[in-house]
Amino acid sequence: MKPAPFEYHAPDSLEAALALRAEHGDEAKALAGGQSLIPAMNFRIAQPALLVDLNGVDELRFIRMEGDELRIGAMTTQNTLERSELAAKHQPLLFETVPFVAHPQIRNRGTLGGSIAHADPAAELPVAAVALDARMKAQSVDGERWIPAKQFFQGFFTVDLQPNEYLTEIAFPAMPPRTGWSFMEVARRHGDYAMCGVAARVTLDGKGKCKAARLVYLNVGEGPVDAEGAAALLVGEKITPESSAAAAEKASAEISPFGSVHASPEYQTHLARVLTKRALRRAHERAQAAS
Amino acid sequence: MTDSLKLHFTINGQEHHGEAEPRLLLVDYIRHHLGLTGSHVGCEHGVCGACTILLDGQPVRSCLMFAVQANGREIRTVESLGTPEAMHLLQEAFHAAHGLQCGFCTPGFLMTLVPYLEEHPNPSEDEIRHAISGNICRCTGYQHIVDAIVLAAQKMNA
Repeated sequence: MKPAPFEYHAPDSLEAALALRAEHGDEAKALAGGQSLIPAMNFRIAQPALLVDLNGVDELRFIRMEGDELRIGAMTTQNTLERSELAAKHQPLLFETVPFVAHPQIRNRGTLGGSIAHADPAAELPVAAVALDARMKAQSVDGERWIPAKQFFQGFFTVDLQPNEYLTEIAFPAMPPRTGWSFMEVARRHGDYAMCGVAARVTLDGKGKCKAARLVYLNVGEGPVDAEGAAALLVGEKITPESSAAAAEKASAEISPFGSVHASPEYQTHLARVLTKRALRRAHERAQAAS
Repeated sequence: MTDSLKLHFTINGQEHHGEAEPRLLLVDYIRHHLGLTGSHVGCEHGVCGACTILLDGQPVRSCLMFAVQANGREIRTVESLGTPEAMHLLQEAFHAAHGLQCGFCTPGFLMTLVPYLEEHPNPSEDEIRHAISGNICRCTGYQHIVDAIVLAAQKMNA
């Protein structure tokens, strides 16, 4: 239960961190909050040869508005995010999701960028990022590129980052007017990995019908599962118990839960149906309040 | 083996200079190199909370940090709270309300709760249970821990 030896670098600038990444490529594993990586190292599931500790790179810790986008530095801790007035005001779905991440002691170290780059299928923040159509900024010594959340997540613990790139920033575009949101999950104990969870977003038109919807699920697939079919069923409809139930049924066919010692795939599917209906009701109420 | 790196931090108000191999966990450094054995090693993967310490005033898992990452930071462990003769108010409350049996988890609970009660001087029982969700106790069933925290909050506000 002790990590294998590794070479340790603690750069104090992004430039220095990216230079190490350019020199060592995939060997240069980024150490963000360490709340997933260090447990894996303690168990020796992960044995990186070289760690680039990004905790000294202060320029990656920020929360600011650029136009109507909320821009968050990758090394911003989850604790900072859950206390951010900017996040509360401009990205309420993200703000509502953060306290579901593990425990307060973990959120004091864990970062937004670390959680997103780690891409655990059971993680909350990747799901919120997909539901909000966030964009990821990948940087290397050669420059930067922006990747839509949906393309960024490529499967089990796999993201679209090249061996010379680090994730440095996440941009959350403003939600359209008349939009409501909800994040819900079911875990055996608060802070445990959830057996299922959903981020829902509903935008209403001037007549109170659904103009656009998103339903994105956690821990029922290889990454965030975007139930596009279920969301499409809602467009043009009123959000009612009946239309929500139809969407829930459709979503239950779009997910592929693996099951675990705590929940069978059937039970996870049941949870997805129930959570879909509850989350749509809550998101709809909020969309109406915003109309 | 990799070479040891120099480190310096403040622990329980004292400046400390030392060195550690990068892979050495902070909790192991605190226990084995500094001899402060109040922070306990339970699960070593961030689940049990027995190793919780304060890093710049915030509770964190000392099993999920390397010692070298504490450079320049301020650490507080359970040893900073009180002595058997003059216990911290929270320790007194745990004693009075039977908030522990074997005591293995207690340092982690205390270090989680010290900043929590400063920020939330009057928590409800539900809020308390939420606040301690990151600490596992296998003896008490939690009820007496919750009682102890209610008692500590009352004493703090008195």
